[in-house]
Amino acid sequence: MTTAPSTTEVPAPRRGGTSGRRRLVVVGNGMAGARTLEELLARGGGEMFDITVFGDEPYGSYNRILLSGVLAGDDDEEGIVLNPREWYADNGIDLRCGVRVTGVRTAAREVVDATGAVTPYDVLVLATGSSSRVPPMEGVRRADGSLLPGVTGFRGLDDTRGLLDAARAHERAVVLGGGLLGLEAAHGLRRQGLDVTVLHSPAHLMNQQLDAAAGAVLRTSVEGTGVRVLTGTRASAVTGTDRVTGVVLPDGSHLAADVVVLTAGTTPNTGLAEAAGLDVDRAVVVDDRMRCGGAPSVAGASPTDGVYAVGECVQHRGVVYGLVAPLWEQATVLADVLTGADPTAEYRGSRTCTKLKVAGVDVAAMGLPAPELPGDELVVVAEPSRGVHLSAVVRDGVLVGATLLGDVSRTPALQQAFERGLPLPERRLELLLDLGGGAGEGDVADLDDDAPVCSCNQVTKGAITGAVAGGCTSVKGVMDATRAGKGCGTCKGVVGRLVELAADGALTEDPSVHWYVPGVPLRKDELVREIRERRLLSVSAVFAALAPGGEPDAKSSMGLTSLLRTLWPEDFEDERGGRFVNDRVHANIQRDGTFSVVPQMKGGVTTADELRRIADVADKYDVGMIKVTGGQRIDLLGVRKEDLPKVWEDLGMPSGYAYGKSMRTVKTCVGSDFCRFGLDDSTQLGIDLETRFQGLETPAKLKMAVVGCPRNCAEAYVKDVGVVAVGKGRWEVYVGGAAGASVRKGDLLATVGSAEEVITVVGRFVQLYREWGNWLERTYDFVPRMGLDRLQKVLLEDAGGLVAGLDADLEQAVAAYRDPWQEGREPVTPGQFRTALPLVPLPLVPRRAAGAPGGTSVADIGSDLAAAAAGPAGGAA
Amino acid sequence: MSALAGVAAAPGHLAVDVGPLTDFAVGEGRAVVVAGRQVAVFRHADDRLSALDAVCPHAGGPLADGQVDDRVVVCPLHLAVWELRTGRSCSGQEDVAAHAAEVVDGRVLVRLGG
Repeated sequence: MTTAPSTTEVPAPRRGGTSGRRRLVVVGNGMAGARTLEELLARGGGEMFDITVFGDEPYGSYNRILLSGVLAGDDDEEGIVLNPREWYADNGIDLRCGVRVTGVRTAAREVVDATGAVTPYDVLVLATGSSSRVPPMEGVRRADGSLLPGVTGFRGLDDTRGLLDAARAHERAVVLGGGLLGLEAAHGLRRQGLDVTVLHSPAHLMNQQLDAAAGAVLRTSVEGTGVRVLTGTRASAVTGTDRVTGVVLPDGSHLAADVVVLTAGTTPNTGLAEAAGLDVDRAVVVDDRMRCGGAPSVAGASPTDGVYAVGECVQHRGVVYGLVAPLWEQATVLADVLTGADPTAEYRGSRTCTKLKVAGVDVAAMGLPAPELPGDELVVVAEPSRGVHLSAVVRDGVLVGATLLGDVSRTPALQQAFERGLPLPERRLELLLDLGGGAGEGDVADLDDDAPVCSCNQVTKGAITGAVAGGCTSVKGVMDATRAGKGCGTCKGVVGRLVELAADGALTEDPSVHWYVPGVPLRKDELVREIRERRLLSVSAVFAALAPGGEPDAKSSMGLTSLLRTLWPEDFEDERGGRFVNDRVHANIQRDGTFSVVPQMKGGVTTADELRRIADVADKYDVGMIKVTGGQRIDLLGVRKEDLPKVWEDLGMPSGYAYGKSMRTVKTCVGSDFCRFGLDDSTQLGIDLETRFQGLETPAKLKMAVVGCPRNCAEAYVKDVGVVAVGKGRWEVYVGGAAGASVRKGDLLATVGSAEEVITVVGRFVQLYREWGNWLERTYDFVPRMGLDRLQKVLLEDAGGLVAGLDADLEQAVAAYRDPWQEGREPVTPGQFRTALPLVPLPLVPRRAAGAPGGTSVADIGSDLAAAAAGPAGGAA
Repeated sequence: MSALAGVAAAPGHLAVDVGPLTDFAVGEGRAVVVAGRQVAVFRHADDRLSALDAVCPHAGGPLADGQVDDRVVVCPLHLAVWELRTGRSCSGQEDVAAHAAEVVDGRVLVRLGG
């Protein structure tokens, strides 16, 4: 990349204009030049510069993209005007309409035009655009070098008018080039009643954007409109002397034509720049600030001082753009640079997405049309009979290209994934289709404002669109403002699409989505490195060292507490305020402020003595409900906070960790002792696993199961870690399964030959998850993110050399285990178990009738209900 | 100080003694009764105190069991957020009343606001 050796961004006036302002000359009044002017004015450029604009065409500015609409009769000329000539006068811009610039004298800083006039500049912007490429064809030019009448490009308003005139007088047209522009021209001419043939030398239409299969589908659709398509051939000669009569194909055949349209590529207009000594490769070379480059002259004067270029005539980082979106981005950067509105503005190139209707067919294309490298993944959905062909190219888990033909409803989501490298759905087909579950694009737009979107937090569509209207333009911002998607999370997709829809292209991404916790702007790996290097042992130390302004953040402390306990199993300095209430009192808070108590019951195995103690405790403390959990334990619900220590003492059983972001429980089936199908002792292995991993904090809750045969009675296939006996002492270890808000069968990580090996492999996986998993990231997201291949290489083949460290770290964490219910004997903080709702008669949750299933035997339901109905006593207004 | 303890008259005008500072754990909240009203009192790391109504207006959650930083409290039930100084909701719920709390001679005094 050449960088202009300019020291000052915008040189001061050397000669001083009449107004004392700097003189800005723009050469070219097309899409890029005109847009640059608008952006300049929007930044106060009108007061900074005396502006002169040269335009070849005798018009103000107009929207070139809509010329195909004019040709097809869908738009009229007035409808495509961007800024009429008066606009220039009104804004004090000197528009030299229809005046061609013939030279730039960089040393003297002036331009010379076709009228012979000389115009000095302090800043020069080249926006000379591009021209239709004229393919090498015998007879296409006359002796004077001009094109044979009837042969025309399709670039400007005059071309379009010429084509419309020709359509009235003639019958047959040949369009050379079946790309975007060619198909637009063919469609328009066909609509004007001409007999149209498209000649396209590559093997399929729109080959720059589409793969062969999509090109074939498009061809069928185009031919369906009555346009003839010939691919894999070209015109070798043009016939006719005074006016074109047709083209000759390489095989010698002749296609009669009254009009020949050149749409086989464009050539950037670089003549002026080349003559001025500026760097020109395929186009005018610019740097990230849109500055032109060029070697200084012998005299040492640089030809590039104050010279910029923008638009289709520009080559930036090796790329020449032909679509409008990049030109607009360039114009914005250039205006920022020239006016100083954003002194750091830089153009870094564009990831282009083409969205258009070609010959009446919706097309959206971005990035690669087809796989390029051996590892590239191609996802395709084709319905040729409906003219639908959808494809996506995925490289290393990132979307690098997508083509949608006939159905472009997924474009916004794909464009976002493409431009920002967002994580992709595990089921790749979901890139192209809405599969089950969530509402589709159309459905989302059709929802009523009072339609519930997040049932966990009772958020309606109206609340979400209202948040966007109120200024939230990121999905995370809206989720924070409305709490939508913050419950079970299953509606996140719909929330995202609604925000996208409501933001209408102005969607932003909150950078904090990549941070481990919202209050510390670091990814997990960065955060871990800082914590280790600075030896930060407490949550407050992390905030002080790493949070912006050293500011603590309540929403971040729980995640940090978990991480610090993982990183410093022994040295962690506990701050109780950093814990969620569940982790302060080792029980799960319920909707009425009471708690649920789940004693440990390893592998779901208990004894008569334990059951008696549980029953006695339930009676003594008047628990609201006794419930057998999904994890094969017994839950005592409705325990008062102040009773927790006594309940634990009376139970005499360790905590079951049913409240933490930690290893919860290991479910088992009855295994081989009693079951006539059991292949191995799943019950004992479950107990051993639970003993090993009890209480370990993990990024999100972690559930395990062990089954004695593939009948899977304890549902091991859908656990974070599932172990399945397959006979002869062998066990399969599955990871990343889930049967909650998401349902996913785990991936088979390994098949091993002993229970000891199961414990080793599971330990390595759990420790890797502890160290690499993001906060609240369940294994069903973690495993696909890592990739099963990578997990196997790291954990089984030790490809990363991590295994010894994982084993050692886990050993240390296991050794640091201490049953938290021991804290009941000696509270850690004053009032640790003091109720937080002193005046509310608890419990407010309706009790089950005494003696009824789940109800206790001694509760006096009458007095409880009366107390609850009385509500908060006193003046808690 | 002790003369103030438990005095229920004229809420909003009298400071009520709700116990020794040592009853309040740093970084945590405790629920107390002030003139018949439930108030969540939070002790910050610098021994500054914040006080809000103790019941979240969204679903009756116990705010004293919430997590705090210097600015806000997060309700433990549905993670709704209120500003400690003003009681203003940061997550679209109703506001709660904020109260004045301070330490005098090692005792925590709360004066009802709004």
